[in-house]
Amino acid sequence: MHKLLIDSPDKEMLLLGNEAIARGAIEAGIAVATCYPGTPSSEIPDNFFTMFKEGGFYFEYSTNEKVALEVAAGAAISGVRSICTMKHVGMNVASDTLMTLAYLGVNAGMVIINADDPLMFSSQNEQDNRYYARLSGLPMIEPKNAQEMKDMTVDAFDLSEQLKLPVVLRTTTRLNHLRGMVKFGQIRQIKSKGFFKKDPFHYVAIPAVSRNLHKMLVEKYDQALELSENSEYNQIIGNGKWGIVTNGVSLSYVQDAVNDLGIGDKVTILRLGFSYPMPENMIVKFLTRVEKVLVVEELEPVMENDIRSIAQSKEIVIPIKGKEKDLFSRLFEFDPGMVRRTIASYFGVPDTSPEVVDVTGIPDLPGRPPNLCAGCPHRAMYYAIKQVYGPDAVHPSDIGCYTLGVLPPLSMADIVICMGASVGTSCGISKATDQKVVSFIGDSTFFHAGIPALINAVHNNHKFTLVILDNGTTAMTGNQPHPGVDTTPMGVDTTQLSIESMVRGCGVEHVQVVNPLQVKKSIEAAKVSKDFDGISVIISKELCPLYARAIKKAKKARPFYVNQDKCKQHLDCINLLACPAMYIDDGKTMINEVFCIGCTVCAQVCPENAILPLKKLA
Amino acid sequence: METKRIVFVGVGGQGNLLASRLLGEACLSAGIPAVVSEIHGMAQRGGIVESAVVMGYATSPIVSKGEADILIGFEPSETLRALNKCNKDTVVITNIRPLPPFTVAIGQGVYPDIDKSLDLIRDNVRSLIALDGDELAEKAGNPLSLNMVMLGALVGSKVIPLDEDILKETISKTTKQTFLESNLKAFDFGVAASRVG
Ligand SMILES: Cc1ncc(C[n+]2csc(CCOP(=O)(O)OP(=O)(O)O)c2C)c(N)n1
Ligand code: SF4
Ligand code: SF4
Repeated sequence: MHKLLIDSPDKEMLLLGNEAIARGAIEAGIAVATCYPGTPSSEIPDNFFTMFKEGGFYFEYSTNEKVALEVAAGAAISGVRSICTMKHVGMNVASDTLMTLAYLGVNAGMVIINADDPLMFSSQNEQDNRYYARLSGLPMIEPKNAQEMKDMTVDAFDLSEQLKLPVVLRTTTRLNHLRGMVKFGQIRQIKSKGFFKKDPFHYVAIPAVSRNLHKMLVEKYDQALELSENSEYNQIIGNGKWGIVTNGVSLSYVQDAVNDLGIGDKVTILRLGFSYPMPENMIVKFLTRVEKVLVVEELEPVMENDIRSIAQSKEIVIPIKGKEKDLFSRLFEFDPGMVRRTIASYFGVPDTSPEVVDVTGIPDLPGRPPNLCAGCPHRAMYYAIKQVYGPDAVHPSDIGCYTLGVLPPLSMADIVICMGASVGTSCGISKATDQKVVSFIGDSTFFHAGIPALINAVHNNHKFTLVILDNGTTAMTGNQPHPGVDTTPMGVDTTQLSIESMVRGCGVEHVQVVNPLQVKKSIEAAKVSKDFDGISVIISKELCPLYARAIKKAKKARPFYVNQDKCKQHLDCINLLACPAMYIDDGKTMINEVFCIGCTVCAQVCPENAILPLKKLA
Repeated sequence: METKRIVFVGVGGQGNLLASRLLGEACLSAGIPAVVSEIHGMAQRGGIVESAVVMGYATSPIVSKGEADILIGFEPSETLRALNKCNKDTVVITNIRPLPPFTVAIGQGVYPDIDKSLDLIRDNVRSLIALDGDELAEKAGNPLSLNMVMLGALVGSKVIPLDEDILKETISKTTKQTFLESNLKAFDFGVAASRVG
C-alpha cells in the first residue's frame, strides 16, 4: 500500500512537506486531483500519480495550470471535492479562470495549492502570490511546518465548503521541501460522483449574472473575515510590549530567534496562518498591546501594508516596520540568522549569532552550474543548429532542461521569459529585425503554451524556425507525462497525441522530424530550414536518456574513449559540444567512461575519428 | 537536548539527500525532534546539492551562515565552498576525492589544491575529519554507498547523540536487500575512519 494511504490515525511519519499536503488531500477524501507540475510543487501530484488508482480518486496531469484549475473547478461545482496544485507562476496562467471562478464559487470543497519560490531556486521570478488572494477575493492559508501542511489541507476543504469558495493554500519552497514529523488523522470517505445542477443565473458569467455574483463574493468576504478572526491558525502568542507579526516558515525563524535571544517575556508574536482576509479585530487587539511592531514576512510588504492601514483606521500610532533599509529586504529568502539579527537590532538587544569563520583564504572556486547531462539529446540538436546558423542567429528559448543550453560553450538561449514565450517572442523579433531567428521549445512546454503562438506565427506569416525538443517527457520537473507521452508502461490509460500532427494542424507546412543523435541528418535539416523563407518546424525527437533508463527503454550502448594516437587536439568535442563526460587531463582530451552513456555524438563531431567505442557496454 | 545543526553538501548523484533523510528518520526512531530540509530540482544535472538536519528543539528547517555544528562535505571543493556555514566550533567531515566540475574542463576555473584546502579548513574550525569516502565505498563493494560512509563518519565522530545501532536499523529498513550488506559495510568503514581521524 502507498504509505500515504495507510488508514491508521495517529501514525507518525517523517514526511516531505509536499507528501504531507498529499496526505491531507487523502484524509479530506478528494475525488479529483489535477495539476501542471512545477518545482517546488511537483512531489504533490507525483504522489497522487503513484496512488490514485489504489486511493480510488481521479488524477490527471493537465495540459497547463489553467486547464488544471478548470477541471478541478468543474468537479467541485458538480459537488465533489477537488484539489489543484501548481507553482507560483502557474497561477498567472490560471488566473483568468481564477478571477471569475471566485464569483461562481463551488459546491464541494476545492483547494488550490500554490507554491511560491522566494530566492528562485528553480523559477524565473519570485512573485509574491499573496496578492492573488487580494486580487481574486479568495481566502488564503499559510502553513508553518509539515504537520500543518497536512492539517491545513484537510481544514481547507471544510473552509471551502463553509464559504462555498475555492481556498488557496500557499507554501514556499522551504516548506515544500522540508521533512518533518506528521501525525496522521482519519481518512474521510470519498464522495466520487456528483451532479451538475443547472443554474444559468449562477453559473453563466454574463454581465447581468456577474453583477450579482460579484456582490455575493464581496459579502462572502465578511463571512471569511469572521472565520479568520476565530481561526486557530491565527494566534497571539505571549504578552510582551514588543510586537512581531509573521507568517509561514518565518514563524519558525522568529520563534527560534526569540528563544536564542532570551526575550520571550518581552515579545508578543502575532502569527497569521489564515492570512487572507486578515483578522482585523485580532490585529487591533495585538496593536493595542504592544509599543512597536516588526513584520517578518518574505518578499513583498503585504501584511505590513494591511496592518498599517488597519492601524490608521483605528488611529493607532505606533511604529510598524518591516521592509526597510537595515531591516528586511523584499528580495529572496529569509534565514534564521538574518531574522535573529534583525529582531535584535530592531528591539535593541545584543545579538547572539556565532561568528562565521574567516573565509578570505579560500581560493576562487570553479563554478558548478547545473548542466545538460552527458548524452542529452538537447545538446546534440544545439550543436547542429549552431553549425548551420553560426553565432549570429537569435535564439528565443523556453523553460525546461534545455534552458541550460544558455551556458557556454553552447550559448543557445538569448531570451527566456515564461513557458511558451519562445514562440511569441520569435514572432516579434523576426518581424522587428533582419536577423535569423531559430527558437527552442520543449515538448511539454509546447503543449502547455506553445500552440496558440505557433498558430499566430502561421496566420500572420512570421518567418523563423521553431525547434521542438521532443524528449518524450517533462524532464526538468521529474519526468511527468504530457499529452505526447504514451502512458501505457505506467499503467495509465490516456491518449497519446502526435506532435507532428499537432504542428501540421496548426497550419505549419514545412515540418521535419529528425533524431538529433544523427548529427549529419540534423545538420541537413537545419540547412533546409535556413533556406526556407517562412515558418518552419524541426521536431528533434529522442528520449531523454535518464527517462529512458527509468522506463527501461535505454538502448545498450558502449561508452567511448579518445584514441590518443589519433587525437590532434582540435578540441571540437569540448569547445563545441561540451559533454560533461569529457575532460582534459594533462593536456589530453579524455572521456569519463562512467559518465559516458555512449550516445555517439562526440564521435560524429570529431574530425579525426579519434573517438571510439570501448569494447564493453556502458 | 541541545540543538544540533548539520549541513550536508555534495554534487548531484552523490546521494546526500538520502543521507540527510536517513538521519532524520533515525532521529524519529530515537525520539529526538528533527527537521530536514532539502532543495530538489537541479540534483540530477550535476549541480550542487545542499541539505540540512536540525536536531533538537529549534524549529527552523535551515542553517544560516556560521551556524552549522557539523558540516559534512561529500566533495572537497564543495566542502570548501560551504565553509561559510561554519564557525570556530564547527566539526567538519569531508570526503577528499575530487569531482571537478565541467567548468574546469573547459578552462573556466581552477580546481583547488586539496592539501592546502584541508589545512585551511583545519585551521579555522574545531576539528576536521578527512577521509577518502569513495575508496571506502568501493571497498565496501558499492561505489554508490558514499552516503553511507559519510553517515558512518558522522556517527563515529560522536558529535551527535545517536548511536550506530539506530542508524543501522534505519538503513536496514530503507535499503533494498541487494545493497544492504554493502551499505552496512560502508557505514562501518565510515564509523571506523572517523574514529581514527
Ligand atoms: C507556468 C509554469 N508552469 C510550470 C513551470 C515549471 N516548469 C519549468 S520547465 C517545465 C517543463 C519542461 O518540460 P519540457 O518542455 O518537456 O522540457 P524538458 O525539461 O523535458 O527538456 C516545467 C513544468 C513553469 N516554469 N511555469
Ligand atoms: S534530464 Fe534528460 S533532458 Fe534533462 S538534461 Fe538530462 S538528459 Fe537532458
Ligand atoms: S558518446 Fe561522447 S557525447 Fe555521448 S555521452 Fe559519451 S562522451 Fe558524451
